[in-house]
Amino acid sequence: MDEILLQILNGLDKGGAYALIALGLTLTFGTLGVVNFAHGALFMLGAFCAVSVQQVLTISKRVKDESITFFDAYKETPYLELWWGDTGAMIIDYAVPISIFVAIPIMLLIGVAIERGLIKHFYKRTHAEQILVTFGLAIVLQEIVKSLFGANPIPTPAPDIVSGSAAIGSMLGLSDALVYPWWRMIYLMFAAVVIFGVFAFLRFTTFGMVVRAGMADRETVGLLGINVQKRFTIVFGLATVVAGLAGVMYTPILPPDYHIGMDFLVLSFVVVVVGGMGSLEGAVLAGFLLGILQSFASMNEVKSILPGIDQIIIYLVAVVVLLVRPRGLLGREGVMED
Amino acid sequence: MSDDSKFSTLSRRGFLKASMAAAAAGAAPTFFINNANAYVNAPTGGTVTLGFNVPQTGAYADEGADELRAYKLAVKHLNGEGDGGMMNTMKPLSLKGNGVLGKKVAYVTGDTQTKSDAARASAKRMIEKDGALMITGGSSSGVAIAVQGLCQDAGVIFMAGLTHSNDTTGKDRRKHGFRHFFNTEMSGAALAPILEKEFGKDRTAYHLTADYTWGWSQEGSIKKYTEALGWQTKAAVRTPLGAGDFSQYITPVLNSGADVLVLNHYGKDMVNSLTQAVQFGLRDKQVNGKDFQIVVPLFSRLMAQGAGENIKGIYGSTNWNWSLTDEGSKAFVKSFGAEYGFPPSQAAHTCYVQTLLYANACEMAGTFNPCGVIEALEGFKFEGMGNGPTEYRAEDHQCFKDVLVVRGNQNPTSQFDLLEVVNVTPRSAVEYAPDMLGGQLGSCNA
Repeated sequence: MDEILLQILNGLDKGGAYALIALGLTLTFGTLGVVNFAHGALFMLGAFCAVSVQQVLTISKRVKDESITFFDAYKETPYLELWWGDTGAMIIDYAVPISIFVAIPIMLLIGVAIERGLIKHFYKRTHAEQILVTFGLAIVLQEIVKSLFGANPIPTPAPDIVSGSAAIGSMLGLSDALVYPWWRMIYLMFAAVVIFGVFAFLRFTTFGMVVRAGMADRETVGLLGINVQKRFTIVFGLATVVAGLAGVMYTPILPPDYHIGMDFLVLSFVVVVVGGMGSLEGAVLAGFLLGILQSFASMNEVKSILPGIDQIIIYLVAVVVLLVRPRGLLGREGVMED
Repeated sequence: MSDDSKFSTLSRRGFLKASMAAAAAGAAPTFFINNANAYVNAPTGGTVTLGFNVPQTGAYADEGADELRAYKLAVKHLNGEGDGGMMNTMKPLSLKGNGVLGKKVAYVTGDTQTKSDAARASAKRMIEKDGALMITGGSSSGVAIAVQGLCQDAGVIFMAGLTHSNDTTGKDRRKHGFRHFFNTEMSGAALAPILEKEFGKDRTAYHLTADYTWGWSQEGSIKKYTEALGWQTKAAVRTPLGAGDFSQYITPVLNSGADVLVLNHYGKDMVNSLTQAVQFGLRDKQVNGKDFQIVVPLFSRLMAQGAGENIKGIYGSTNWNWSLTDEGSKAFVKSFGAEYGFPPSQAAHTCYVQTLLYANACEMAGTFNPCGVIEALEGFKFEGMGNGPTEYRAEDHQCFKDVLVVRGNQNPTSQFDLLEVVNVTPRSAVEYAPDMLGGQLGSCNA
């Protein structure tokens, strides 16, 4: 029972990341009709917002390390600690949560700049050309990050207070062995809040209503005299912010490197296809579903029957879903179809 | 007329044959052709070129960067620049500090990307285009074995960097390949008595293993030695190299009934899996009435640095540590520290030593001819290189020396003081018969 609960939690937290990325991807595809292969790179840029904030907060003074006598070695003490002592150390400790507030405007700006500067010129081009240009953009963004931060992953830890595990078994009156890292639970809750926020924005605001109408039938909305294009630019910015926030919050789970976005991109496309092209609910459902399935496929009991299943389960599910429901789980007839 | 015609016909055929032969020769890799030189890439000018093939990206990039620093330092010392490092302590020494055999040492570098195909392509480029006479590098055993095979076929020497799988000098050993680094068999033999002393004989282990030659080799060796102690092995789960997020493999450990987790991971994989294991509360658990323990059979200071606090108190083995106080280690640490501002890793140490050993063998042989160099290295006994008396065993080209058992330092005195040496296991305790791991060296291909 404990193990099943753990795998469900594990799947939900993986699924949270998949769902967040797939949600942005679907928004872009559903509104602009653009297959954005740079979406993974936007997740990576978000992660590097956190890295940048951490590096700024830890700008240090070099002090000679007297304990090393063989050669001249230096210790680096952050100025924030020198100036403000424990308060400075606490600010550094909270680098990742602080990064959230920094990442929102930066990612919004990046999103709008990419859409206005590049993507808008490819609205009327074929999907193949869109894939080529966005994939090219992803490579350019990756190489810029690589040249600025190097090729190696950069540890960006969570605040000390949430770096351990929560004894959720004891809390729920179950086994004491049932523990789960605090940060992963925070990530799951964060993903839920962002997803709920995006859905609420699209459902309960006039802006959202127009966007949803545009996703269903862009031409008719245009004929009503509404400037759909302008709203879609903002939607692209919103998708960029969602991807960026997913990246920021993921850094304590996996130290980011310039390639982290590509690792998620392929999975996210599978999530979008399984969920149904253009279906936001489908993207979220498929994200969590595939995360949980991947987690269960890693159990020893499953692997002893089907060795290597953990590596292919997502693609296997995609094949089965496409055979049974070619439009994906929640894809509807006529949506995103010529 | 007919004679002319016949002559003309033969001439055309002869021309065609010659053209085809020339085209075939042009299309063939240059290293398959024995030209006027006695061996591949024989140096003709005033320099000799070495090829440093290390991971500059991927799961082992940290080790690769440190290996490259060590290689560059070794080249400086060979060319008579800097303080000479271990050239001041190595015995016996034939090097004179004027390059190798009077030729200045130059080098080219390549990025293995921790992938066998990329590493082979990179090594091939260095041999064919850059004229490298010797290839050296690590840090993955899969890569080392692939490049070693290529070097054997190409007729150049391969001085392995960080590679720990038994197979490198076991079933995949080659006449042109030499390894200074220790292997998983030695790690198992060295670690087992310490694990017994610290954790007892009644333990149940759970292995997470990098799914390639080194991981399988280490898992096999640790299982062999711990099961001989009386430990049970609950499960041995393979994880993909560079998996990043290991949570799905760690959660089953929590309720498995195991009380020891053995992480057969290295580099960033080990940093990630250990950090995540600690995040999942494994080190705070009590199972079967005992404190849960984590063992990392192959340890390095670079990994300890990446894992931070999580490494404290964890046992493992290492080829060398910068805190050793013998003259060779002190000379190397001083030299490396002065150059780069921090001490070298075990990966840097083995690469530096390998470069000096190769150069010294050339001097001993009086030639760069690989067959002569191989002869000089086989059975070569030396000291003053940080590991005490060491021998390059002729039968498998594996170095035999003492092995260090280390523990993550609970009370570090400096930012680099991360590993504490708890035991120096003598060579006699880790030595095994040359034919135990299988394999054949083959013959010199030059």
